[in-house]
Amino acid sequence: MIARWQRHLTLVATAFVLAVLYTTAALLYPGFFSAGVLANLLTDNAALGIAAVGLTLVIFSGGIDLSVGAVVGFTSIFTATLVQQHGFHPATAAVLALLIGAALGATMGAIIHFFRQPPFLITLAGMFFMRGCAFWITTEQLPFDHPFFLKASAFAVPLGKTFSLPATALALLAVLVIGSVLAHLTRFGRNLLALGGSEQSALLMGLPIGPTKIGAYAVNGVCAAIAGVVATLYTGAGNASLGLGLELDAIAVVVIGGTLLTGGRGHMFGTLLGVLIFGTIQSALLFDGRLNSAWVRIVVGALLLAFILLQRFLVRGLRRR
Amino acid sequence: MSDDAAGERRSAPAGQPPAPPRAAGKISGPAPARRGFFRSPVLWPIAGILLLVVVNLLRDPTFLKVTIFERHFFGVPIDLLNHSAPIMVLALGMTLVIATGGIDLSVGSLVAITGAVAAMAMARGVESLPLIVAAALGCGALAGAINGVLVAYAGVQPIVATLIFMVAGRGIAQSLTGGNVILIKHPAFEFLGNGFFLALPFSALLAAALYGVAQLGLRRTAGRLFIEAVGDNPVASRFAGVPAARTTCLVYIVSGICAGIAGVLVASNIRTADPLQAGQNMELDAIFAVVVGGTALTGGRFLLSGSFVGALLLQTLTVTMLFVGVKPEVATVPKALLILLVCLLQSERTRGWLRGLFARRAPA
Repeated sequence: MIARWQRHLTLVATAFVLAVLYTTAALLYPGFFSAGVLANLLTDNAALGIAAVGLTLVIFSGGIDLSVGAVVGFTSIFTATLVQQHGFHPATAAVLALLIGAALGATMGAIIHFFRQPPFLITLAGMFFMRGCAFWITTEQLPFDHPFFLKASAFAVPLGKTFSLPATALALLAVLVIGSVLAHLTRFGRNLLALGGSEQSALLMGLPIGPTKIGAYAVNGVCAAIAGVVATLYTGAGNASLGLGLELDAIAVVVIGGTLLTGGRGHMFGTLLGVLIFGTIQSALLFDGRLNSAWVRIVVGALLLAFILLQRFLVRGLRRR
Repeated sequence: MSDDAAGERRSAPAGQPPAPPRAAGKISGPAPARRGFFRSPVLWPIAGILLLVVVNLLRDPTFLKVTIFERHFFGVPIDLLNHSAPIMVLALGMTLVIATGGIDLSVGSLVAITGAVAAMAMARGVESLPLIVAAALGCGALAGAINGVLVAYAGVQPIVATLIFMVAGRGIAQSLTGGNVILIKHPAFEFLGNGFFLALPFSALLAAALYGVAQLGLRRTAGRLFIEAVGDNPVASRFAGVPAARTTCLVYIVSGICAGIAGVLVASNIRTADPLQAGQNMELDAIFAVVVGGTALTGGRFLLSGSFVGALLLQTLTVTMLFVGVKPEVATVPKALLILLVCLLQSERTRGWLRGLFARRAPA
């Protein structure tokens, strides 16, 4: 009973922090507590959230992926070039980008698994590779003017009189739902958590370690590519330097969401809370106007520290039991 | 592969019929300690540098030309040395951290912070160079100490603990400088990254001196033993009486100080403190230099000379890309492929395959 309660303690703590942050912001800045601001939290952080969902799966398995931001940049410039200069339909280009994301993820996963290499280093190479390839295509920004793209980026579901959910926010919600189902209701998700808990035990239990690990990286690659498409929709142009440093924010979001970076423990819902916390800090600083954007990173860093220490003590407490 | 060639020579002493059974040599678990220059892992990055130099010489025969200009050496190789100095210094600290089985992701951000601190000290009217440098190094040491305490005493994973400074560091640097890029006008400070001493770039000499001191210091004291023991097995080394936590913590502090030195060199070299661009991706470059230099990320054994050469290889690669006409942004692609190659060469599975290949060929 107690263990079960404790397992969700980090989640509760995350929700508490979100509530405190949001209430403080709402009390300080008039107009912060509105559906429009809430919807914007989702819209503005859609790419980050989608990348974080994929990363959550990889972190569940005890790995890490640093290539996420670079894949976002590559997807953006790759689709833009295909559409604007080679006459592809945006949907075809997006599907091709997703396939590349999956292929990259699977390749990195296979190298990590078969050659027993540290995920950190291999995905670092992946990051260098994809970012370099993105700049190889072109270092210039490439605005979209394809009618389908414009329609997609203007698409929004109206929810009430003053605000609506655009396609990017809908994509985030869809990926979150799919990710949650994948992580918590399927065999694949259970295998992932088992693998992250202890690879040795998972192996001895006869779980398919290789396919699970490679699958996690492949799914993450797809998520990163979706994040790239969404970020491109959001900015309206292909840009090779899109998503610089996104992987760090995504990792921070996942950790703040209560997922253990050592793997084997966590919840997809926490990642959503993490994204919302990140978004709240960002919008609150924007509302304030006195503090510059540098403070977003400092506050996120401080939160990261607090949550990591909290997790340490929780894990220690559980071990002692 | 050189491994196997060496093994071949060892197991077949010429002209002695009762040769020891070959299989015994092959199966023996840990390879015998490799000694001598020709079996040193440093040979690989050196070979890489030579290859790149040859490529450059084929394109431009004057690549290695060094002239004397205003009483100091002048030429591409000298520039190369000067520009690789910050990475060399970072790689020194990173080697020690990696040797304890950790990693320090914060050094790139620390380069930005310490550069900003030095620039702010100068902007506030601090004239004395030792004071300015001490402020920067002190900040680096403090940040390193925080990392170290988190890793060694709070038991946080190194990647996570140092990630905090990696994320927050640039924000801290920006808020220090008020978000501005600060220009530096201080002749003595500018000398550190641009000056020449004994006709050679001062920064490269400083880096080389630091490596010399570290190498000697670790060899003369129990430092090397402690670090390798902690990297091999922290629990066992603690039971054996090695102050594991203190060693780990110290290593991060050293890495922080190295980041401080690199931050000063970078700021001095470009005569500005740029909180956003300074040290961008430098942590990755440092890790790259260490890995290419033959130190495994798993910890335990480490090779300082390898990291030195690795940093040089990295800079040579960057220069070569520039010379060949590849955009600097694209130059990360060959870097990625090189890391991958080194990883695959180091992996047990590939070594097994290679060994198998050679063993099958040998009896035929």
